Amino acid sequence: MKLRKVTAATAVVLALAVSATACGKDDKKDGGSSGGKKIKIGIKFDQPGLGQKTPQGYTGFDVDVATYVAKELGYNADQIEWKESKSMDRETMLQRGDVDFIAATYSINDEREKKVDFAGPYLLAHQDVLVRADDNSIKSPEDLNSKKLCSVTGSTSAQNVHDKLAPKANLQEYPTYSACLTGLQNKAIDALTTDDSILAGYASQAAFKGKFKLGGLKMTNENYGIGVKKGSDLKAKINTALEKMVADKSWQQAVDKNLGPANYKNEPAPKIGNIVK
Amino acid sequence: MFDFLDHYDLLGAFWTTVQLTVLSAIGSLIWGTVLAAMRVGPVPVMRGFGAAYVNIVRNTPLTVIILFTSLGLNQTLGISLGATNFDIINFRLAILGLTAYTAAFVCEALRAGINTVPVGQAEAARALGLSFPQVLSLVVLPQAFRSVVGPLTNVLIALTKNTTVAAAIGVAEAALLMKKMIENEAQLLLISAVIAFGFVCLTLPTGLILGWVGKKVAVKR
Amino acid sequence: MSSVLYDAQGPRAKRRNVLYTVGFLLAAAAVLWWVITGLNDKDQLTWDKWKPFLGGTEAWSTYIWPGLQNTLKAAALSMLIALPLGAVLGIARLSEHAWVRVPAAIVVEFFRAIPVLVLMIFGLALFAQYTNVSSDDRPLYAVVTGLVLYNASVLAEIVRAGILSLPKGQGEAALAIGLRKNQVMRFILLPQAVTAMLPAIVSQLVVIVKDTALGGAVLTFPEMLASVSPMSSYYGANTIASFTIVAVIYIAINFALTSFAGWLEKRLRRGKKSTGAVLPPAAVAGTASTGASV
Repeated sequence: MKLRKVTAATAVVLALAVSATACGKDDKKDGGSSGGKKIKIGIKFDQPGLGQKTPQGYTGFDVDVATYVAKELGYNADQIEWKESKSMDRETMLQRGDVDFIAATYSINDEREKKVDFAGPYLLAHQDVLVRADDNSIKSPEDLNSKKLCSVTGSTSAQNVHDKLAPKANLQEYPTYSACLTGLQNKAIDALTTDDSILAGYASQAAFKGKFKLGGLKMTNENYGIGVKKGSDLKAKINTALEKMVADKSWQQAVDKNLGPANYKNEPAPKIGNIVK
Repeated sequence: MFDFLDHYDLLGAFWTTVQLTVLSAIGSLIWGTVLAAMRVGPVPVMRGFGAAYVNIVRNTPLTVIILFTSLGLNQTLGISLGATNFDIINFRLAILGLTAYTAAFVCEALRAGINTVPVGQAEAARALGLSFPQVLSLVVLPQAFRSVVGPLTNVLIALTKNTTVAAAIGVAEAALLMKKMIENEAQLLLISAVIAFGFVCLTLPTGLILGWVGKKVAVKR
Repeated sequence: MSSVLYDAQGPRAKRRNVLYTVGFLLAAAAVLWWVITGLNDKDQLTWDKWKPFLGGTEAWSTYIWPGLQNTLKAAALSMLIALPLGAVLGIARLSEHAWVRVPAAIVVEFFRAIPVLVLMIFGLALFAQYTNVSSDDRPLYAVVTGLVLYNASVLAEIVRAGILSLPKGQGEAALAIGLRKNQVMRFILLPQAVTAMLPAIVSQLVVIVKDTALGGAVLTFPEMLASVSPMSSYYGANTIASFTIVAVIYIAINFALTSFAGWLEKRLRRGKKSTGAVLPPAAVAGTASTGASV
């Protein structure tokens, strides 16, 4: 009978692991079925100032824009189901209908427009660098050639640096921006490069106040749009909502609230359909 | 059909994999032997250290160790291992991480090997007046090594496969190239087959050759 | 056992040992001091960076616990699917018919020769291109697929080794009393082998738990290691602190599993009712030609 006990103990360990699994699943189902009419919106979960998951809920400029748009479409804040849409997943998520629309630092470009439709743009951003507040050595993109740069693995920003902006730069790639920040703070990295809106979000965090600043290089134009499924009638409705958001000043308030603290000078609200190349 | 391969440095990526494997293998063999010596030695503090090291490292995901060499050692503590270019730094950090991880398994394999050496061997060596380092290095370890060629081969093969984890800190080895190719090209099955074939080419012969060597050198008792 | 390697210590050896001990401790202290001052210089030890974990629960409930659930979910699913698959493959490798034995051997050796990360990357692309699994679930499917393919092959070897570890007389006696081959396997060999394999299976669970971390680092699977990213970006780049906490949890889980496997093995060895055949946690290493539970 001793053997049985041992076997049973093993079974208990396995069963515990499985029941943990089961709990996770139940939670999800409860959340999904209780709300009634829902809208599913894709955002980023790890970009402060734009789209971030926090213990208090979701915050950021993209989140505010999406919430405003959803309200105009007839959904209250509690009817929104937020989904994480990583950069590489965005087109597929829309094509499959996993989400209704995506507001996740989604730049409009030709290649993406072949696969999905864009409402907006709702923000004009530029590729820029984030440097330590006391570092004044980067004045033009060429200065980056002698610097240690950091960006996210496989991102367009990293490719831009590599291909045209500063081919000689010493580039470190990490899976996430927050990993870059550790090095930037510790002087292992000289500059973190990506869209200025994203950088402003990081620089605005309470923990970094006064430590980092934007370089103001404006190396590219990134027109953030709201992605919808190809041919969707949502595009027109979202455009109307965005126009209203700019008109009633909520747009400027959202920018100031989320990106303001980093001394980020935003471009004026872009006109719908006006894509700056 | 294989045209698209021209755009990618497939051989270069696998060469990196081989380099990572060989250098980490040498490193972990040395460090693992030192750890094993500590674990069977007469100094209690070293025994404790060896045991703690093995138990902690064995139970940590390699991914965490590799990411930590980059984010902790390099980005925070400023260790750059004598290089300034991130490609080289990351390559060396990956070797450091792989060595630290694999050494724990080498140590355990060796310790098992030491236990297979008949008690009389060490007793006879001590009767001759040899000290602990001499007993270990001249009598016990040479026999232990010959009996653990099999287990060490398995550790080596696992190490070959584990080098793919270096992709997590951007070392341009085979798995990272595979990911890049899949993102840009449509031939999923072909790409996977090529990469899989590469690894089979690296691991199967290693297993067969060292398996033969192991039988050849085993101490017949 | 190991004391056989050195003599009982006399006064001089004892003095020398004290010297070694002091030297070793000094060296260890120097390294520790260097690490701590290094971290302190870079403000990594300030209370702000550690407060989220040590001074409250919201970091745990928002980031770590959901991640840990996914880690455990992926590990449990992989084990549950790989176990029967591995048993079938392992028994097939023992078949007397070459047309069963050889294909099973090829499958097992193939999947053990390929890195689990390569299998995961393949799985992710496969589910994206050829199925309609939603993007939420795709990383989980990919991680589980990779882990199942690899671990079923390893478990197949464990099952094979477990059956081979039984005394030959067991199978022979069963045949002698007129049982059919599959009855011998089902009623005599497997039940005993399963008990003998338990420690090895539990320690394979450690390998699985460790490998789920690959899914987080490379495939965007939201498991515990991946939770470091949103967490450290929310708490002001406390990457070192977040990493340390997560690493400690991994070590705690795996240490518990490893100890459990060791306890099982000891327990089974002492048991009088078994045939005495027990596969130690690292048994596969000895019998297998490729791969090991590293």
